[in-house]
Amino acid sequence: MSTSAVTALPAVGTPELRQSLQRAERRRRLTAVGLTLPLLVFLVLTLLVPIGALLGRAIENPEVARALPRTGAALAGWDHRSEPPPAAFAAVAQDLAALAEGSDAGALARRLNSEVPGGRSLVMGTYRAVHGDWKDQPLTDAVAVRERMVTLDERWKELKYWQAIDKNAERWTPDYLLTAVDLKRGVDGGIERVEPDQRVFTGILLRTFEISLEVTLLALLLAYPLAYWLSTLSERQANVLMILVLVPFWTSILVRVAAWIVLLQREGLVNSALMSLSIIGQPLELLFNRTGVIISMTHILLPFMILPLYSVMKSVPPTYLRAAVSLGSSPMAAFWRVYVPQTYAGIGAGALLVFILAIGYYVTPALLGGPNDQMISYYIAQYTNVDVNWGMACALGAVLLVATLILYAVYRKMAKAELSLG
Amino acid sequence: MSKQVPVSLAAVALAGLMSLPAFAQSQLTVVNFGGANANAQKKAYYEPFEKQSGTKLVTVEYNGEQAKIKAMVEAKNITWDVVEVESPDMGRGCDEGLFEKLDYSRIVDKAALAPKASVTDCGVGIFVWSTVMAYNADKLKDAPKTWADFWDTKKYPGKRGMRKGARYNVEFALMADGVKPEDVYKVLATKEGADRAFKKLGELKPSIQWWEAGAQPPQFLVAGDVVMSTAYNGRIDAAQREGKNLRVQWVNQIYDLEYFGIVKGSPNKDNAYKFLKLVLSPEGQGEYAKNIAYGPTNTKALAKLDAKTLGNLPTASGNMKGAIEFSVKFWADQGEALEKRFAAWATQ
Repeated sequence: MSTSAVTALPAVGTPELRQSLQRAERRRRLTAVGLTLPLLVFLVLTLLVPIGALLGRAIENPEVARALPRTGAALAGWDHRSEPPPAAFAAVAQDLAALAEGSDAGALARRLNSEVPGGRSLVMGTYRAVHGDWKDQPLTDAVAVRERMVTLDERWKELKYWQAIDKNAERWTPDYLLTAVDLKRGVDGGIERVEPDQRVFTGILLRTFEISLEVTLLALLLAYPLAYWLSTLSERQANVLMILVLVPFWTSILVRVAAWIVLLQREGLVNSALMSLSIIGQPLELLFNRTGVIISMTHILLPFMILPLYSVMKSVPPTYLRAAVSLGSSPMAAFWRVYVPQTYAGIGAGALLVFILAIGYYVTPALLGGPNDQMISYYIAQYTNVDVNWGMACALGAVLLVATLILYAVYRKMAKAELSLG
Repeated sequence: MSKQVPVSLAAVALAGLMSLPAFAQSQLTVVNFGGANANAQKKAYYEPFEKQSGTKLVTVEYNGEQAKIKAMVEAKNITWDVVEVESPDMGRGCDEGLFEKLDYSRIVDKAALAPKASVTDCGVGIFVWSTVMAYNADKLKDAPKTWADFWDTKKYPGKRGMRKGARYNVEFALMADGVKPEDVYKVLATKEGADRAFKKLGELKPSIQWWEAGAQPPQFLVAGDVVMSTAYNGRIDAAQREGKNLRVQWVNQIYDLEYFGIVKGSPNKDNAYKFLKLVLSPEGQGEYAKNIAYGPTNTKALAKLDAKTLGNLPTASGNMKGAIEFSVKFWADQGEALEKRFAAWATQ
C-alpha cells in the first residue's frame, strides 16, 4: 500500500514534490484557521471590540467641540486669568442658536456640569433664551450680546465656566482617566490632585483590593482543609460531598445574598442562636457593613477556590508524605515542607480566580454593605445608570482593567519563579 | 441544492416573525418602578386602559436607569413607549432629547393640573410623592416630632434608616441643624452649607443603617432593625394597609412629582397619548390615589376622594406644614458633585 502511495508522488527532491507538500501544508493550515475562525470572530466581537470601545469612550470628548465650534476658536489665545473677550460671548450665543432641536445642547450641559457644578443650568438657561426671547435679535454685536448674557445669568462672569469650555474644546481628553485616579488638569494644564472632598476613587480602588484580598485569604483558609479532606476520601464519598460544594455554586447569586440577609439580620438566625446560647448579650451588627459583605462574598466564591485546589491535591501522590515521615520528619514539617509546596499551583490558580472575580463584585456589596463597603463596580454602575456619564464609567472600567492586568502580570512572574523552584 | 432549502425556509420563517407585529393587536409598553406603586397603577390605569382600548399593555419594571433609554434612543431601537421618570431625570432627559415633546391638547386641560405638573416640555406629572420620617408605633411610644429628634440618639436610642446617597439626607441634616425649610437649598448651594450638612450627617453616622430600595425601610422598621427611617410615604402606606403599625411624621417632608414621558421615536405614540389621557383623567387619578397615598396632579380628582384618603396624601394641608419641594434645578446642577462628596464622606 505504502509503496503504491509513494510511487504516485513525484520523485524526491523535484520541485513538484516541494509544491505538492506546500499545497498540503497550506490546506492543513487553512483547515485549522477555518476551524478556529468562529471562536476568533466571537472573541473579537464580544471581547476585544467592547474593550476597545470602552477605552475609546474613556478619552472621547465630543460634546463641547461639537456644540461650540465658534467658541473654541474665539477662546484660542485666551489667558485663562481675565474675562474672555466679548467675541467669545457672542460665539457662545451664536453656537447655541445654531444648535437645532435635539440632544447636542443637553449633552453639552451634562459635560460642562460634570466639570463645574452649575454648568447645566447656565447652558440650558442661555440655550432657552437664545431660542426663545432673543430669537429675532441679532447676535452680531459682541458687546451687546455679552451684556445680555451677563444680565440673564451673572455666572457668565465667572471664569471657571469659561475655563471648562476652553479645556474641553478638544475632541479627546485625559480628564476622565485623571479623575478616575483623583487627579485633574489645572488652569494652566499642569496635573494636580483634586480637592479633598472630591478625592474618592483611589480610596475606592484600594478598598476594592482590600476586600478582595480579605475574601481571597478567608476562602483559602476555609477551602484548603476541606479540599485536602476531600482528596483523601474515596472517589464515591468525595463525589457525594462535592455535590454539597456544587449546589450552592449553581444557585443564583441573588438567592444566596437574600439568604444571607435572612441569616445575618438583627433578629436573624445567627444572632438569635448566639443569644439563646448566651454567647452574646446584644445582637451583633452583621449586616449592611463590611462583615456581611465579606462573609457572603467568601461563601459565594468558595467553590472557585475548592475546585482548583481539589484537582491539584488529587494528583499529589500520598506516598511523598509517607516517605518524608518515614525518613524522620515530624508530620507537621512533612505537611508544610513536602505537601503544601506541591499544591502551590492550586493555591495560585484558586487565589487568582477568586481575587479577580472578587474585584468585579457588584450585587453583593450593593445589597449587603453600607456606603463605605461599595466596590468600584458600584460607582461604574452609578455613572452608567444614574449620572449617565459614560465617559467617567468607562474611565473607571479602564482603571480596573489595567489594575487587574498588572496583578495578573505580577502573578505570572511569581508563578514562574515558583515553578522553577519546584 | 438540498443545502439551500433550510436556509430559505429559515428566511421565510424570519420574515414571518418580523412581520408578525403588524398582524398582532396594537401594543403599548409602559415602564414603572414596581412595588406598591406599580400595583396601584395597574388597578387605576393599566386594566381600565386595556379594557377601553383593546390595546395590549405590556409592563416592564426598572430602577430608574436612564442609561437604558439613552441606549435605545441612540440605537433607534425603541422598545419602551411610556416611562415613569423621576423629576431630575425628566428635566435632563428632555434636554438631551430622550423624550418626545408633549402635545398637552391630546392629554388634559393644563388648567386642571397642579402648576408643577407641566413644567417640563416632555413629562407630565402623574403624582406627588414624598420622602418622610417614618417610625414603628409599636416600638416607639413617644413619637419623634422634628428632624432634630431623628438626630437625638440619647432620647431615642437605636438605629436610623437612611437612603444610601446624598439626596434627601443633606436636606434633612440641615433642617435638623436648625436651618429653616425655605432656606435649605439656599444654604446647601454654598460651600459652608454643604460642609454643615455633611458635618451634621457625620454626627449620626454610627447609628445609620443605609437602605437602597424603597421596600427596605418598612422591612427594617417592622423587623426592629431601626427605630426610625426616612422612607417614601407610599411604601409606609402600603405597610399600613397590610396591618403594620407604622406611622409617618410629616414634618419637613420633601415632596416631589413623578412623571410619565414618551420615549423619543416611540412607534406607538398614538396609543401612548390615549394612555396618558386616561392617566390624567380625574377618574384615573382618583382611583390611583385610593390605592396608594400619592397625591393626584389633576386637581379635579380631589373631589372624588374621601377625607381619610385625602388626609394621608403628601398634599394634604395638615401634612404640608414646613414641607419643602425637592429642587430639581439644585440637584441637576449639584447632584453629581454632592454624590461624589457623599462617597468621600462615607470613607472618612
